[in-house]
Amino acid sequence: MTAVEMERALAPAGARPARRRRRRAGLAGYLFVSGYTALLLAFGVFPTGYSIYLAFTNSLGQFTGLGQFTRVIGDFRFGPAFADIGSYLAMWLVLVVVMTVVTAVILRSRVRPGLSSVLRFLFYLPGALAGVASVLVWLFMLSPSVSPAAGLLRALGFSTFEQVIAPGNLPVILVLIAFWTGAGGWIVVMYGALNNIPDEVLEAARVDGAGPWRTAWRIQIPMIRKWIVYMGILAFAAGSQLFVEPQLLETASLERVSPTWSPNQLAYVFAFQYGDFNSAAAISVILLVVGLIVAALLVTRSGLFKVGDE
Amino acid sequence: MTMRSSGITEGRRRRRVTLAATAAAAVAAIALAGCASVTPAATSSSSSSAFKEATQVPGSAITVWTDSTRLPFVQAYAKEHPNVKLNIVTYDGDANGSTYLQTKVQLFDRTGKGWPDVVFASPTDVTWASVPTTPAAQAFAAPVDQLVPQSTLDNFAKGSLSPCQVGGHTYCLRNDIAQVVLWYNKTLMDKWGYQVPTTWEQYQALGEKVAKQHPGYVIGSIGDTNSDESYFWSSQCPAQELVGSNTLKVDLSSPDCTRMANLLDPLIADKSVATQGFFDQGFNGSKVLMSVGPSWQGQYLYNAAFKVPAGEMAAAPPLKWAGQSATYTGNVGGGIWMVSSHSQNIKAATALAEWVTTNTGILADAPTYPAYVPGAKAWLANPTNKDYFADNVSSAFLNAANEVWTGWSNTKFSDATPWSNTVLPALTSGKSLSAMLPAWQTAIADQAKSLGYTVVSQ
Repeated sequence: MTAVEMERALAPAGARPARRRRRRAGLAGYLFVSGYTALLLAFGVFPTGYSIYLAFTNSLGQFTGLGQFTRVIGDFRFGPAFADIGSYLAMWLVLVVVMTVVTAVILRSRVRPGLSSVLRFLFYLPGALAGVASVLVWLFMLSPSVSPAAGLLRALGFSTFEQVIAPGNLPVILVLIAFWTGAGGWIVVMYGALNNIPDEVLEAARVDGAGPWRTAWRIQIPMIRKWIVYMGILAFAAGSQLFVEPQLLETASLERVSPTWSPNQLAYVFAFQYGDFNSAAAISVILLVVGLIVAALLVTRSGLFKVGDE
Repeated sequence: MTMRSSGITEGRRRRRVTLAATAAAAVAAIALAGCASVTPAATSSSSSSAFKEATQVPGSAITVWTDSTRLPFVQAYAKEHPNVKLNIVTYDGDANGSTYLQTKVQLFDRTGKGWPDVVFASPTDVTWASVPTTPAAQAFAAPVDQLVPQSTLDNFAKGSLSPCQVGGHTYCLRNDIAQVVLWYNKTLMDKWGYQVPTTWEQYQALGEKVAKQHPGYVIGSIGDTNSDESYFWSSQCPAQELVGSNTLKVDLSSPDCTRMANLLDPLIADKSVATQGFFDQGFNGSKVLMSVGPSWQGQYLYNAAFKVPAGEMAAAPPLKWAGQSATYTGNVGGGIWMVSSHSQNIKAATALAEWVTTNTGILADAPTYPAYVPGAKAWLANPTNKDYFADNVSSAFLNAANEVWTGWSNTKFSDATPWSNTVLPALTSGKSLSAMLPAWQTAIADQAKSLGYTVVSQ
């Protein structure tokens, strides 16, 4: 999903100026993209097509129309799962957009270059842990009996792990985990985007009397707007597919966390507990459609794909 | 919208409208078309009688899936039968609501190969393994009543094979039972001059006394993923009682359920019954005076986890309600063995399953209480199974084994899911059990309905 979007996002920008040359270097071009295209077809396009096929049929391959969709939407776990992921996404998107941009701007303009690169490295570090490992770290962090931050947890009124993972706290906990692992990478990306702004522009702003905050608000952030939108699309796509973190919390909490907390987990239960791959496919198609709608809205509203100044 | 969109020509706009209308019409057509049912009925769901062995390859290797606890049994079998070719695979045994085996069998059914020949699993697994996972598949579990002599099956403890029985056939051999008894720390009880309760009413009175005289100590926990089986099953609460082949009675407003909730609520309030589970991180095992729990708690909880010194813990027979003549108790777990109907060496597979569940020599050293009665007697006669305890647990165990209430049915879903998701977080946040019964009822009923059960409350 995300790879496809990235491809689309980057393709038109480079395609146009190269059009004339491409006729001559056509073969080499095809050769270069062939490996990616083959993998994309095998692991991106074909599974998507197959899940769309599954979503509209039953286990005997008969056409069922929207039957699978009405069935999963009517399931008692569907509403709660989407409500969970909705509250998670709302917090996660706001936090990741605001915090990474603010941090990147501060690191770019207000921190000495040496310290800035050390900090960027530190922010990035947790992202080097795979999803599972980072959840395990958090299981320790959230258990008052073993956590290095036990004092803080107790001060917040949590004396047992069971109190910490109460259903109402889960979106916050999952946002913390996601931010801890994911934000560092985006800070680095945003920092890179800020580096693209020519020094003359910033110089001009300073000459015109803009202070650092004004420069950030009026010059830097508007100039990296497309990057922010791009981050929003990918963060939404990744966030709506949340699976590993709640799944591990469910196991670690001995099932106090619902096994169908997120829509992807619900799809997993349908597929691998009930053997109902068709309903599972219907849920993934719903997630795909939601992701596409959000991406389309962000793309059209921000003019992400506009090239030059038509 | 950007500035450009206002510049769209009439023609383009009209085309866009037409496109949208076409799309809407297509969706409507899809919705209204004569569609097949989303859940096609299995063509031959009376599969139990239609059991057909796979083509047999005598002497071929068999694959065994076992949990790590039962691994020594299988290794012992391999040692005694060197000419049987075995591939031994350890997995989680589908404990604690895991669905690993089910997940894998679903996939094997799709690919048409890969099934293990013999598996150790949990009783819940029988509910899906005894029926085909898809209309085209064959049920995974072979009916062992067609493979094992009836005289052998008759020797399993009363009711212990009932989770294995579906539609007149028996699909598994019970490995062990986990009858609920009353565990107590005899040293502390003697020191403080307390009588061991024999009724639930005395249990409640003791809890209130302990809360006052020895605050911090508990006489049980309601916070484990299976505490409902220790308490509500023992109370004969109809939380999941199969009253027809596919009809489930869920009635938590029954007096048999409310009496237990009402008994526990004051004890939860005065903290003599913990809302944190015994198996939760950070539970203080040195403050447990008593527990209502399965027979394996003695070794696995008190000895292994809580490190209570030998000679302190003792087991009493299950509690009963004042004025009730018969005693009923619950059951928390206990594994089963299934033989795959796809096995190409079903003779060897059956022999192994039979040996590990009925060989008295191996059962005497079993980690948990054997379901096979001669095995259980050998187990109780083995000093290593008794030496840890303050007195002889045999009579408590033997009685309780025959008192497990059969109205708590083996269902396609694990009772741990609604209990742990719905009730436990609410108890942690300070709500009472009585207040949570309606929500628990809904959670069980929702779960049951989604798996095709007809739910009734009468």
